[in-house]
Amino acid sequence: MSAAAALDRSGMSEKGAMRREALWRNRLVLAGSSLVLLLVLAAWLAPFGVKAKWLRNPIQQMSAGLDADGMPLPPGRQFLAGTDNFGRDVLSRVLHGTRVSLTVGVAAMLVATIIGVWIGMLAGYWGGKMDLLLMRFTEMNMTLPAILLAVALAGVMDGRVVHLHPAAWPWHGLDLQLKRGMVSLFLIIGLVCWPGMGRVIRGQVLAVKAREFVQASRALGASDTRLILRHILPNILPTVLVVAVMLTANAILLEAGLGYLGVGVPPPAPTWGSMLYEGQAYFISAPHLVMVPGAAIVLTVLAFNLLGQGLQEWFDPTRERRR
Amino acid sequence: MTGRFLFRLFWSALTLLGTALLTFLLVNVVPGDVARVIAGPKASPQVLEEIRQRYHLHEPLWKRAGYHFRQLAAGDLGHSFVTDQPVAEAIRARLPTTAALTVTAVVMWMLLAVPLGVSTAKYRGSWFDRSTLVLATLSLSLPAFWLARLLQYWLAYKLGWFPVAGFLGFAHLLLPAATLALLYVGYYARLIHAHMIEVLDSPYIRSARAQGTPERVVLFKHGLRNALIPVVTILGMDVAGLLGGVMFTENVFALPGIGTLAVQSVFNLDVPVIMGTVLFSAFLVVAANLVVDLLYRWIDPRLR
Repeated sequence: MSAAAALDRSGMSEKGAMRREALWRNRLVLAGSSLVLLLVLAAWLAPFGVKAKWLRNPIQQMSAGLDADGMPLPPGRQFLAGTDNFGRDVLSRVLHGTRVSLTVGVAAMLVATIIGVWIGMLAGYWGGKMDLLLMRFTEMNMTLPAILLAVALAGVMDGRVVHLHPAAWPWHGLDLQLKRGMVSLFLIIGLVCWPGMGRVIRGQVLAVKAREFVQASRALGASDTRLILRHILPNILPTVLVVAVMLTANAILLEAGLGYLGVGVPPPAPTWGSMLYEGQAYFISAPHLVMVPGAAIVLTVLAFNLLGQGLQEWFDPTRERRR
Repeated sequence: MTGRFLFRLFWSALTLLGTALLTFLLVNVVPGDVARVIAGPKASPQVLEEIRQRYHLHEPLWKRAGYHFRQLAAGDLGHSFVTDQPVAEAIRARLPTTAALTVTAVVMWMLLAVPLGVSTAKYRGSWFDRSTLVLATLSLSLPAFWLARLLQYWLAYKLGWFPVAGFLGFAHLLLPAATLALLYVGYYARLIHAHMIEVLDSPYIRSARAQGTPERVVLFKHGLRNALIPVVTILGMDVAGLLGGVMFTENVFALPGIGTLAVQSVFNLDVPVIMGTVLFSAFLVVAANLVVDLLYRWIDPRLR
């Protein structure tokens, strides 16, 4: 979380003397956002591509996609990125995998941001015992290893039905089926990722709360709601944005990791992690099964990280560019 | 100082207790047929019944929590459902591998990150600094399991420079450690860079330069020493995290460490081992937090 620490030190809105360059002039932002845009386009257009017949169906198993020994084909003219062990088109699967990664990544980021901002705000604004308890709770969550926690949570999602009501009462409306899918996945990842955000926000709220204009507003009799909505929230928004973008990168990485461990979105849905997991058995004979989805993961995570890095620089130009 | 220490110790213990409770609830609150997991799909009803008796699976949750915490208080992490080996023993047997891997990796990435961080801070804004920033971001974006497979295929299988997998000696640690080092070096290079910049802008560095101190001494003796203090905090936490299990890298290279143990336990639904490894890793992180906090106060007199 060096991002927020950097923002914190600079006293962001107080340096009107330093002119900001235009957002798009920052090359990191430019590179990151165009990559993200490209990925969003790929995710959006992939199903249309299948309909328009210039992309193959990602889950259709084709005999033309296997060689005489039933092994996957390497990248070539017919299959641009080769085929997998079921004779499915890797290019189409990777493009469709963008949908899962982006959806889960962004949704998990939203979950983590909502929890993190809420808890960080409560702890930072009210302080005292509330702060102590909430921060211990955050620490407890931080001490649990994220990937292991996520795997354990995902392991629980095996399709069983949980009855939230006493056995004698027929309130089946409350029944909850725990099954693996995109929704449970982004909830899990969000629940694992929030503590970092919570800590950063708490620090920011503490810093903003101590500034003169907040003190003045309070002295004039502004209510807590007004202080939070009008003064504190707008001032911590840049931090939230930077951390959220980087959180998205981490969530996508975690989603791929869970897929790789075999507890992501269940097959035959094309996800990058599960493609790697299935492909690694053929690694020696068909390395493209590992290379292609892996490259897609790196590209996506890199895109969000570059964007985050660039936004951080843009919000705080004194830090990096001064010589 | 003593009061501060006792206060920290109290909260560390409480954090651990909370973590233990959280883990217990997480693993136990959703009912699954654990007896079936232990005995396998073809077990007879008698065997299932015996297992339920042995592990108190009949009892209500709060009673099981009672047994669990009494056990923990006695330092007993329970026995594996699958191998019946005591969990503490399994962790102890695998700790040296993970520790050796962690130490090798830390040495590797710090040897790379320190020169990178210092030189990019010295020449900040230069093309060298900017391209290091992009490369560091790339290092942050690599998935461990993919990088491990890539290096394994290319450097071990194709070129034959390293053993492919398994653990027989130090040579088997080099490639896994290099994988970890590549994953961490970017973050540390930027971290050292950021703290170096802050230090180099401070008045005492200006005085040192004005006095005609050689640049080498300014950078490394006055600059780096102070810049490394905050880095130690994060390094401590990361080392603790790695010691708690390097899941992907250990798995790909088939190293018999705690990460492999953790992954296997998840796949086998081996509840005591899952809880044991999670608790162990949580213990390390809490302990590292405590040690780093005290160390910090000792290194930096301003905080006393």
